[in-house]
Amino acid sequence: MTAPLLELRGLSVSLGGSSGFLRRKTASIRAVNDIDLQLHEGEIFGVVGESGCGKTTLARTILGLQRETAGEILLRGGNVGGRSPERARLARRDIQYVHQDAAAALDPWWSVGATLEEGLQIHAIGARAGRSGQVDAMLLAVGLDASVRGRYPHELSGGQLRRVALARILLLQPSIVILDEPTAGLDMSVQATVLNLLLELRRRLALTYVFISHDISVVERLADRVAVMYLGRVVETAPTADLFAHPKHPYTQALLASAPRLVVGRRAALPIQGDPPSHARVHVGCAFQERCVHAEARCSVEAPLLRATAPGHLVACHLANSSNPVASSRVGQLMPSHIA
Amino acid sequence: MMPALRIRDLKVSIRTDAGLAQILDGIGLTLQPGRILGVVGESGCGKSTLLRTIMGILPPDAQIDAGEIMLQGEDLLAFSEAELNATVRASRIGFIPQDPYLALNPVFTIGTQLLEVMRWHAPADGLKGAARRRRHTEKLVSLLRRMQLPDPEGALHRYPHQFSGGQRQRLAIAAALACNPPLVIADEPTTALDVTTQAQTLALLRELTEEFALSMLFVTHDLGVVAELCDDLCVIYAGQSVEAGSAAQVIDSPSHPYTRALIGCHPDRAAGFVGIPGSVPSPLAAPQGCRYAPRCSSATTACTRRGPLKLGAEEDRFINCRLFE
Amino acid sequence: MLFLRRFSRDVPAMVGLAIVVLVLLVAVLGPLLAPYPADVSASHLARRLKPPSAAYPFGTDNLGRDVLSRVILGARGALTVSLVVVSLAMTIGIPLGLVAGYRGGWMSEGIMRITDAVLALPQLVLALALAQLMSPSLESAMLALALTYWPFFTRIVYAETRRLKSSLFVDALAGIGAGTARIVFLHVLPNTISPIIVRATIGLGFTILTAAVLGFLGMGAAPPAPDWGLSIAQSRSYLPAAWWYATFPGLAILLTVMGFNLLGDGLRDIVDPRLRRSR
Repeated sequence: MTAPLLELRGLSVSLGGSSGFLRRKTASIRAVNDIDLQLHEGEIFGVVGESGCGKTTLARTILGLQRETAGEILLRGGNVGGRSPERARLARRDIQYVHQDAAAALDPWWSVGATLEEGLQIHAIGARAGRSGQVDAMLLAVGLDASVRGRYPHELSGGQLRRVALARILLLQPSIVILDEPTAGLDMSVQATVLNLLLELRRRLALTYVFISHDISVVERLADRVAVMYLGRVVETAPTADLFAHPKHPYTQALLASAPRLVVGRRAALPIQGDPPSHARVHVGCAFQERCVHAEARCSVEAPLLRATAPGHLVACHLANSSNPVASSRVGQLMPSHIA
Repeated sequence: MMPALRIRDLKVSIRTDAGLAQILDGIGLTLQPGRILGVVGESGCGKSTLLRTIMGILPPDAQIDAGEIMLQGEDLLAFSEAELNATVRASRIGFIPQDPYLALNPVFTIGTQLLEVMRWHAPADGLKGAARRRRHTEKLVSLLRRMQLPDPEGALHRYPHQFSGGQRQRLAIAAALACNPPLVIADEPTTALDVTTQAQTLALLRELTEEFALSMLFVTHDLGVVAELCDDLCVIYAGQSVEAGSAAQVIDSPSHPYTRALIGCHPDRAAGFVGIPGSVPSPLAAPQGCRYAPRCSSATTACTRRGPLKLGAEEDRFINCRLFE
Repeated sequence: MLFLRRFSRDVPAMVGLAIVVLVLLVAVLGPLLAPYPADVSASHLARRLKPPSAAYPFGTDNLGRDVLSRVILGARGALTVSLVVVSLAMTIGIPLGLVAGYRGGWMSEGIMRITDAVLALPQLVLALALAQLMSPSLESAMLALALTYWPFFTRIVYAETRRLKSSLFVDALAGIGAGTARIVFLHVLPNTISPIIVRATIGLGFTILTAAVLGFLGMGAAPPAPDWGLSIAQSRSYLPAAWWYATFPGLAILLTVMGFNLLGDGLRDIVDPRLRRSR
């Protein structure tokens, strides 16, 4: 296997913890906790998890907008970590990020054309004279008409705004695109066309996607590999088919069972109880133990580490092992009856 | 058996700066007692106008042009504002909003707000003053306990912001059920929730419909949620009812071209991600006849000349499409 | 376009706009409109303190000068003062607000505490004190007013910048590698324009009033300038007999200030974010 395009080694990010002049001191929280990931050229890497699990912080840290507290970030084998946001962005031009809320991510006072050309200006891509042609070509590539140039964000529909946001990023010729909930808030029929566009662009422009989503159905269809995050940690990562067929971490099982699927009359077996946990408390041992039906004594003492149970399938659970998975049945129809 | 709610040929228009917008153009649906009817549509289909019409809270520049809304045999459109307040809202129709944070007043405790509503709309059993209040408090506490809220007595003295998102949604459900309405209308109540919290809430709603013998109108854009929760399904497009039937009928064997296209867009079903070409017509310039005709690959001239046809007289199952004449 | 339509339905705002346009025209065309343009400095003792008549619609003053002409000619001075003061205040206030809002830290704290301190003092008192320190002239009055009005702009720009700094589009710009200067001047600043325009419009009216008060107290324009405030000050000795002498400059001040305030309120309504969202 070739070297990974992007590699994270022991990445941790603490947020907050300000102690400014005349301001109350606040404790910091570990939004991203000791994450190791490898991203390979050309793949779609899905990241799923609930709100507060750290997916967006992880994305912002990879991008460089958020400075990591510990760990390394390697892009094509070269270390690009440990820099201030502005310098990190220069070193990581190859990585770009598409915001979830495309409407809010565009300056309401700038026309679409001006917004798109701005990126080219900042990165000094192409000659000044050729820029408007580049913009037109990109608008066409994302399925918009060149007449959109003169329009303002509030005049466009949700689907059109996604395309503009995508065009703006793709003009910068990245090789890795982080898509943060690219389908959230879109109607089903629009969502399908946007996903189709994403697949087509990936093929044409040889892109690698990090696909952050809470929509399990979309991730299952689109991603090559998936990482499941819970409270700042990756609890399980595996090739998509493997993960959906044999989820091994109890949280992954619960998440997959809870996701609504287009199956009439399927009654999700008892969903997990309680709310997604908060970072405010310090967790000793496994972060999921309080909601886990299988929790044992050692789960509250020792934090489980990610380990391989099958080739490419890593799980952070004391109870999952390669020969005896917690449950191997397809979740959705059944929940695990017990732990072997 | 008399339907819990039956809407026939409802037409509502709103005056705007740019002219008269025909928002609803023939909505029909039937909710049988004890069942959960999912109303599914994409943005711009008129879901919120439909809800407002049923609740009697249309904006002043809207007008109802035709149709009837029968609540257990009584036409709601004939009720005056005062009658709706006295005899329908809260007591006969409970409402679960999309965002419970907007529905709960942040400066009053849960107990204060919910008991106030109960004071006006819940059955008093002949009790007055402090005795009635005690009865209502007992009932509310047992309801909150049923919603699996921790410490239900204490919850009465807490403020909305002291609860988590999932707990707030359960408070909103308790508020909708506080006055024993036989019909509950839910407006995308799980859209803002996380996947696991959504699953908890859906399971709770299903249990409650059985326990309290409720009929529920569940408005959503999420087909997956409908498939899991609803018994019946009514698909609306651009202000028109397109297809209705049992969830299995509509989802597993959709008939109307729009329903077929919509279900084909769902990632669990899609062969490739095609989407539906074109966009929802503006209610200011809606096409004549079937509003889906301009995007429909099977459309003929008959679709645009006359309105779509209803299949059969049966209200629970219909396909509004000329292909099924 | 919806903007304009909404604005055109706002009757008080349209009245304000009409008054402001009228005052602007009068200021620009002053010498052409005034029946006796020479009456800025000329004196005609033969016809002093004549009541309003066909020849002198607003009467004449203690030096026999036509009050109507002097009111018309005073418009230019009043507008010049307020425009200079407000522009000066914006030049000081807006950059400070941008820096304080975007940078944060001790610099922001420092700027904002000074701003609050200046805001806490009554503007007129502060302006009087400053004007007293310098030699009483129109220039020092303008400087004094500008030095007391900038905190209003700093406050507004600071609040808007703070809000915009955490907005998603600024984040997205940082994401595509835009530098701080680009973000602040090309993106944040244009987005703060609406509240600035509102504050400036109201400020223009307010400054005319304060400048008139300074003129009245002898800290502003010097005779024989046709300053409205100065005219009222001079007319005091002839009240109540020569009522026209004080009334018409006073009405001019009232009308102009009201015009700017109505217009400012109307503008505030249309740039209200809740209305903007429904565009």
